[in-house]
Amino acid sequence: MTTPVELTVGGATRSTSSLRLVATLGIAGLCSGFLLSASYQVTKPIIDANKAEQLRQSVFEVVPGSSAVQRLVYRDGSLTPIGEMEKTALPVLFAAYDDAGAFRGYGIMHQGAGFADQIVLIYGFEPESRRIVGMRVLSSKETPGLGDKIYKSDAFVSNFEDLAAEPSIVVVKDGRDAVNEVDAITGATISSKSVVKIINESVAFWKDKLPAPGSEPPAPRPGEGGQP
Amino acid sequence: MSATTPERVYAELTKGIWRENPIFVQVLGMCPTLAVTNSVMNAIAMGVATFFVLVGSSLLVSLLRRLIPREVRISTYIIIIATFVTLADSALEALVPAVHKELGAFIALIVVNCLILGRQEAFASRNPPLLALADAIGMGLGFCIALLCLGGTREILGAGSFLGVSLFGPNFEPWVIMVLPPGGFLMLGAVLLLFAVLRQRKRRPKEVGA
Amino acid sequence: MTTGQGRLLLQAAPFLRRGITTPRLMTEVIIGMGPVMLAAMYFFGLSALLVMLAGVAGAVAAEWAFGKARPRGASLRDGSAILTGLVLALTLPPGIPLWMAFLGGAVGLALGKSAMGGLGQNMFNPALVGRAFIQAAFPSVLTTWSAQGNINSFFTIRASNFALPFMHPAADAVATATPLGLMKFERQSTDLLHLLLGNTAGSLGETCALVILICGVIMAIRRVFDWRIPASILLTVAVVSTIVWLVDSSRYPAPWFMLCSGGLLFGAVYMATDPVTSPITPRGAWIFGAGVGVIVVLIRLWGGLPEGVMYAILLMNAATPLIDRVSQPRPFGRGRVAA
Repeated sequence: MTTPVELTVGGATRSTSSLRLVATLGIAGLCSGFLLSASYQVTKPIIDANKAEQLRQSVFEVVPGSSAVQRLVYRDGSLTPIGEMEKTALPVLFAAYDDAGAFRGYGIMHQGAGFADQIVLIYGFEPESRRIVGMRVLSSKETPGLGDKIYKSDAFVSNFEDLAAEPSIVVVKDGRDAVNEVDAITGATISSKSVVKIINESVAFWKDKLPAPGSEPPAPRPGEGGQP
Repeated sequence: MSATTPERVYAELTKGIWRENPIFVQVLGMCPTLAVTNSVMNAIAMGVATFFVLVGSSLLVSLLRRLIPREVRISTYIIIIATFVTLADSALEALVPAVHKELGAFIALIVVNCLILGRQEAFASRNPPLLALADAIGMGLGFCIALLCLGGTREILGAGSFLGVSLFGPNFEPWVIMVLPPGGFLMLGAVLLLFAVLRQRKRRPKEVGA
Repeated sequence: MTTGQGRLLLQAAPFLRRGITTPRLMTEVIIGMGPVMLAAMYFFGLSALLVMLAGVAGAVAAEWAFGKARPRGASLRDGSAILTGLVLALTLPPGIPLWMAFLGGAVGLALGKSAMGGLGQNMFNPALVGRAFIQAAFPSVLTTWSAQGNINSFFTIRASNFALPFMHPAADAVATATPLGLMKFERQSTDLLHLLLGNTAGSLGETCALVILICGVIMAIRRVFDWRIPASILLTVAVVSTIVWLVDSSRYPAPWFMLCSGGLLFGAVYMATDPVTSPITPRGAWIFGAGVGVIVVLIRLWGGLPEGVMYAILLMNAATPLIDRVSQPRPFGRGRVAA
């Protein structure tokens, strides 16, 4: 134990065979791979559940009164249920239902350019009255102190709690006085306009794709679609 | 060099905290130091993850030091470090998803933190496990303390809070720059300056400050 | 420098000398800025004076604390710290809390000058470093422009000036937009006459184009600074914005609006001309000014911010050593240096 360790590291190396080098790396890689796949097995379900739960919570937040959610995909002209973590290239949205299973509105995710980088947001849409009933920014890199008020300022977020989506949402600077107006954040006009533009785009996109009000897909039976 | 006496263990344990602090003295591992110290919570998460990786890989490298051929030692260290980093990454993602989202790629980037590879090459690969462990714990703690210093000052100035608890009431005007990347550079520069002044004063107490 | 009486006078470098000392130059600039300061006080009342005092106090305090000179504060005598504080204050909005103006002066001087090794060693204009710091630290305060008072309200000081250190300013009742802000976000131009007379919202020293122009011309004639720098900046902005305006006059502002609005004139006359951070060769001065002009137009028309003079000058400050290098006159008889 008391021999200088440098010797082991530095001295007895000249004659190391390549076989030993390859074997060392191979064994190290093998052990590492084994360990990592084991940890992946353990953590993957937890991570997926976390993500799904987060998304569900944000739908509940933007559609008041909802307590169950179903992910729907727009395929061949109609909305059909799809698993919460299932990957698809087709447009998806969430249908939100209350405790009694009655349809309360859609939660729709959309993204677009903000003042800095992309803004990803989700908004609640009530198809019968064609109103926005809630909005939440999921991720953004807007300037702290100014642009980040799009999710930090209650005054701004509350603009979206009862907002007519048609003909289109407009940004104003001197207080709301119509049902389709949003009061801009002072000093962050661009961020405010970006949020509204993203929602307008998304509403226009879904306009002809949503089923007639009243004929939404029924709520999933408990334990079937609401949970992953 | 490698006699494992209690004094020696103690010396290796404490040197990383102040005398050879990885950030304030060795100026190693600047990437996470600058990038994720904008709040105390992020600093703690990054500090703990780095601590875990450093201690785990130092111990393993020290145990295996006679088995690893010299020619492939760096590659082997990297495999060991990457394994621990990936473990830390998925553990954080499963346990604290919010913090994991904030830290983003910087958890995965612990692999290339030169502090960790540096300790393997300079210390763990030439010393018995107990000393390597002491060294890694000391360095890891020193790293955590430095991150906490930066994260604390940046969060207090940049958001008026500590660990999310508001300190100055609602009228506080946050120094937004402190939670942005430039704030990291400014704060690190200020702290390095402070340390340099302190060390200089210690060396020649009379000349400075006249 | 002369060969009097037929004797050859031998002398070491530098050969290019002007019989002017640093304190003298600083005094000249401060006097040359006097009318701008008076205009600021005329338009914004006592608030302007308080902000200027706070900025100067911050710069002087930092010079005293961090300056290398011994005994402490000896370097204050050259007046450069006072000038830094004044220039900084004139780029701030009138309603800014005094503690922020103080902080800006202190950070600008400590970071922009002392940390670089003192006067003459600094790469960036210290006043602009301070301005950039507070702009990045307190973006919402720096984008809140209080309306101008009339002469009757000279003694009414803006309440937001007296925010406690580290605290929010009280909301100003009469916030308004600058001409550049109006142009950027509302596509609304401002009357040229208002811009010239300074009858608009904006930073303390930037609103009255006419006063700055007159002071600039006088200082240029007195050779306080190299006239090529402001000339080149203004010329570039005029040329570039005219081209853009001719392409689409409904989308882009007219060149006279670009020239007279915002901090362009103030920046060109008082900040870009800082002898430490601008090139020394005539050719370099033209290149420097052209660079500033182009960046200003780019930021104003296509950037996220309404105004870009500060960043334009800071960026070209960074390029100054390079410009100085490539614009050295070639010794006679030597070939071009291989690139």
